[in-house]
Amino acid sequence: MPRLFVFGTLLLVAQVSSPQCGSTTPSSPGSDSSGSGGTTVTSNVLPIVVNGGPTNNALNLAFATVTICVPGTSNCQTIGGILVDTGSAGLRIVSSAVTLPLTQQTGASGAPVVECLPFLNSVTWGPVVTADVKLAGEQASAIPIQIIGTDKFPSIPTACSNLGSPEETVSELSANGILGIGLGNHDCGIDCTVVGPSNPGLYYTCPASGSCQITQEPVANQVVNPVSVFPSDNNGTIIQLPAVPLGGQASITGSLIFGIGTQSNNGLGSAKVLTTDASGNIRTTFNGQSYGKSFLDSGSNGLFFLDAATTGMPACRLSIGFYCPTAVRPLSATQLGANGATSVVSFNAGNVDALNSTFSVMGEATGLNPGGFDWGLPFFFGRSIYTAIAGRSTPAGVGPYWAY
Amino acid sequence: MTRVSSAVAICLLLPATAFASLGGTVTSVETDRVQMKAALVGITQRGAYTVHTIQSPTGTTIREYYGTDGVIFGVAWEGAWQPDLRQLFGTYFDRYQGALQAARKARRARGQVAIDDGTVVVQIGGHLGSVTGAAYVPRLLPASVDAGVIK
Repeated sequence: MPRLFVFGTLLLVAQVSSPQCGSTTPSSPGSDSSGSGGTTVTSNVLPIVVNGGPTNNALNLAFATVTICVPGTSNCQTIGGILVDTGSAGLRIVSSAVTLPLTQQTGASGAPVVECLPFLNSVTWGPVVTADVKLAGEQASAIPIQIIGTDKFPSIPTACSNLGSPEETVSELSANGILGIGLGNHDCGIDCTVVGPSNPGLYYTCPASGSCQITQEPVANQVVNPVSVFPSDNNGTIIQLPAVPLGGQASITGSLIFGIGTQSNNGLGSAKVLTTDASGNIRTTFNGQSYGKSFLDSGSNGLFFLDAATTGMPACRLSIGFYCPTAVRPLSATQLGANGATSVVSFNAGNVDALNSTFSVMGEATGLNPGGFDWGLPFFFGRSIYTAIAGRSTPAGVGPYWAY
Repeated sequence: MTRVSSAVAICLLLPATAFASLGGTVTSVETDRVQMKAALVGITQRGAYTVHTIQSPTGTTIREYYGTDGVIFGVAWEGAWQPDLRQLFGTYFDRYQGALQAARKARRARGQVAIDDGTVVVQIGGHLGSVTGAAYVPRLLPASVDAGVIK
């Protein structure tokens, strides 16, 4: 169970505040009254865009705009270019993008709490602060978020940097921040509440004098999936994106919808539910082999599976981590949920090096992932993908699951 | 059990080398285990190479592969949490970090790691609740061993 709280991906992208990615200011928080019987309907649709992002060089990354506020006040800031990541939990924003004075979280000793989050190809280091987070008409009040950057706590502990390579700036991340809205409620869970070497070392306290030390972080203080603490529409999300033609395109827009089966616009309809195992994985069968380490992740920018020897597709020369078959290759695989539900998926693998350099969207972007299948953002194109949060009730049962 | 005991005996007899796993010798497996406060789970002989399996306190399973010369040519891991990669990669860790940084200059994959800088190969996949990785040094692979066994 603790595993279900975790989940993160490594993505990171950046760009300089382009109008496309910063322009979708959320509607005013709260509720609008809507008609019948005095029921209130909360605005639960946040526009998203897949484009070059704040650094104008992203590929297949979905960005949203978030509003953060000093808790309980109207002292707020709206920040675009935030990566939408169903592979992690919690909001993280690069320090250079934040002007708001937010209160630093402190540990039992009174020392500041600073987090080291190990994504796969990076770690993010920076303080945990408290903010109100507003997404469309929804609000997560006074929640812990991470401010990424070394400006206040410049010495990244070696135990942190030894997990990967720190990414601390907008250009390193290719984003102004990461909005983690995956299966997990928190970014660590009970593993981070224990003392000693079995603590994975995500949370530190950094006293004014002396070095930062790994600390026990109560679950309630951990960086939290903002959706899970909304007053309503808090059991999951839907990401809707249009289909993309072969050859890619410059950008696309879509929606991030909060709640599953809680309003008239977020019902499951005929969507097929694939539940996950305790580690947040499903299985994928490809060419007669079954791979257990499989998952859906909007924060991965391709469909990543297996290796060149197994797939017969060469790795790209320029686009690191991607396959570059000389011609588009039609492929098929079958996803299998822990509940036994299956879904046959047809997809294409194309040459990522050959993508028009002004394009930021490519459905046939595939790449290496020897452990299994990472169904990244291209899988979301042309679909409505439901992500149900662990332990939350929905009309199709309790999360965690994916459905589409 | 007898195999484990004999491994412990070997480790007691051999001096622990400084930090180094990938590219180090079998004695550094024990260094890794102690550094990571990990438990030795088993030792398996597979023809031209041997696999030491240890389990870190966070539950991550780590496998270290070495040939008859005792030199570790590959490491692999699987679990909820990323292990200490500097400990596992030894002298190759700085190359790995450098390759990740260089990759940021190009259009790159995000969500997994696939590094091959000509000296060391690193592949990591999964998400934070479930991480799988492997790294090896092609130059150190025994002649009869395929890199695909490192997983």
